[in-house]
Amino acid sequence: MALLSVQGISVAIGALCPLEGVTFDIDKGEILGLVGESGSGKSLTAMCVMGLLPRIGGTITKGSIAFDGRELIGLPEIELRRLRGKRIALISQNPMTSLDPIIRIGAQIDQVSILHLGLSATTAKARSLDLIAQLRIPEPEAIHRAYPHQLSGGMKQRIIIAMALAADPDLIVADEPTTALDVTIQAQIIQIMVELVRDRGLALMLITHDMGVVAQACDRVVVLYAGRVAEMNGIGEIFAEPKHPYTRELIRCIPRLGQEPGSLKGIPGVVPSIVDYPDGCRFNPRCSNAQALCRDEAPALEPKSSGLAACHFSEV
Amino acid sequence: MISFFIKRLLLLIPVFLAVSLLIFMIVHLVPGDPIDNLVQNNSSPEQKAALAAKYGLDKPLYQQYAIWLGNALTGDLGDAIILRRPVADLIAQNLPHSLSLGALALLFSTVVGITAGALAAIYKDSWTDRLTMTLILLGSTVPGFWLGLLLIMLFAVQLGWFPVSGARSWDALVLPVLTIGLGGVALVARVTRVAMMETARKDFVMMLHAKGVPPWRIELRHVLRHALLPVVTILSLRIGWILGGAVTVEFVFARPGLGSLLITSLNQRDYPVVQGALLMLAVAVMLGTLLGDIVQAAMDPRVRERIK
Ligand SMILES: Nc1ncnc2c1ncn2[C@@H]1O[C@H](COP(=O)(O)OP(=O)(O)OP(=O)(O)O)[C@@H](O)[C@H]1O
Ligand code: SF4
Ligand SMILES: [Mg+2]
Repeated sequence: MALLSVQGISVAIGALCPLEGVTFDIDKGEILGLVGESGSGKSLTAMCVMGLLPRIGGTITKGSIAFDGRELIGLPEIELRRLRGKRIALISQNPMTSLDPIIRIGAQIDQVSILHLGLSATTAKARSLDLIAQLRIPEPEAIHRAYPHQLSGGMKQRIIIAMALAADPDLIVADEPTTALDVTIQAQIIQIMVELVRDRGLALMLITHDMGVVAQACDRVVVLYAGRVAEMNGIGEIFAEPKHPYTRELIRCIPRLGQEPGSLKGIPGVVPSIVDYPDGCRFNPRCSNAQALCRDEAPALEPKSSGLAACHFSEV
Repeated sequence: MISFFIKRLLLLIPVFLAVSLLIFMIVHLVPGDPIDNLVQNNSSPEQKAALAAKYGLDKPLYQQYAIWLGNALTGDLGDAIILRRPVADLIAQNLPHSLSLGALALLFSTVVGITAGALAAIYKDSWTDRLTMTLILLGSTVPGFWLGLLLIMLFAVQLGWFPVSGARSWDALVLPVLTIGLGGVALVARVTRVAMMETARKDFVMMLHAKGVPPWRIELRHVLRHALLPVVTILSLRIGWILGGAVTVEFVFARPGLGSLLITSLNQRDYPVVQGALLMLAVAVMLGTLLGDIVQAAMDPRVRERIK
């Protein structure tokens, strides 16, 4: 049984419907990549998994999210809170703004293990110092005493990773953990994070719009397009034999060595806006294979020779 | 921190000089001659001149200023012309009344204002919020002296719960503190509410929810703490306003205090007392902003960083 199983969830925010029938699962110890262009619904998917959707005014209208065999939708807030930070942890997109600026770094990490593991202040501190050291941050004691503004972006993101690990979670949701960082340290942060996750046998849902990162880190990939899953498959299969035309374009656009790392910009056409998604397959205005059927009918997410894809005309 | 304190203190010196000069000039530019109040109508110019010489009023202005400031710095504010006592004594006698009134009004504004603002922010769009916001709107539009008169009529004259005037017992403080404090409550509550709602939208608050921190703890330990920073700023800027409120309120309630002393002496054109009282008020305002800066630095590491 998968650790996390997301089945056909749809999300409504006001009159908008930014996610529709999103389906994927993550096994214990697995790293799943969630890729898609800006606005495709990656962060909202993360919010759903964290149970934080109501905080941004959204509701899940359909589907199911099971974590370790337990349904999360409809779970009382207090139960969700016991999972958050303890069994499912978040690494956020912007490390610069994700720490409380007037509280010491150490206290912010300690908070997690005090809250969820019931540690005393001293044991929590020892644990945090150990984590800081594991993240290859020099002088853990000094960092523990520092305030967020005294640290660089890369350091802050390491601290947030430490915070996510502090209560020994089973699943970490990392929402574009390096987009806000300097390109020179992006790969390094991903590597540290992936190493720690692998060492501990944790599951990781790694949100990114960078297929390069996917290739570097993930076991399996879910491709989101305009709020729907376009394709899901193992890392080897997806790069060797993409089933969905959009995935093919994504792979074609991976920056090669010496090229500006701009990731997804090379696909012709524009990202559809949430207020007027095209009928039928939402990729049809940009798809070179599009037929009449594609404009009339949305393709279902179906098993192919390997993995799942949502395309009327995918080969194999 | 210590060096910051000293630096701020040094920065206050030019401000103090400018303010003291202004106080001195204003008092000497208003029409009316205090000597006229001292002497009988039929006294001779010689008698007037003798009196002027006694109080140093015959010297050139810049000399008078230098002498006055020099003496003031040693705690000698001269003698009151009408009341015929050392100004320092008069101030020492009145200051405690004003200080207790100001401090209580400040405490009242802070505690009640922060509580009301926090409740309104936490339960936003509920009836608690709407009620608080309505009261806040009323509190910030009603002028202090008018509110004072209203409170006197209701609680002192009609209900007889509190004394109408004076400062003989603690309960005489209640209505004056309310009069000054309610405006402050309104201000503090509004700033707290807005600051908390703004902070609640920040990324780090979402992160705290993602860490599983209970919401009440997020509101109190994190969001409210951030909201206190602008509250401290606004309060330290409003110290003068609270003292100004004390001046009119002391007058309305016929309480002893720096404000009453100031108004009485102004009417009697008792220069030395007016100068002394104004100087005390100015010093209090300067110390208030200094205190605000210190509290701010103690609460916010980013401010401490900027100081270095
Ligand atoms: N609070 C909100 N209110 C209304 N619409 C929202 C809200 N949050 C997200 N959306 C909409 O939902 C869609 C998906 O947003 P989401 O943040 O999940 O995208 P994303 O894939 O994470 O993009 P990015 O790469 O830019 O982070 C977008 O069209 C966005 O405009
Ligand atoms: S369904 Fe049609 S439009 Fe959509 S991806 Fe497949 S071929 Fe292209
Ligand atoms: Mg996002």
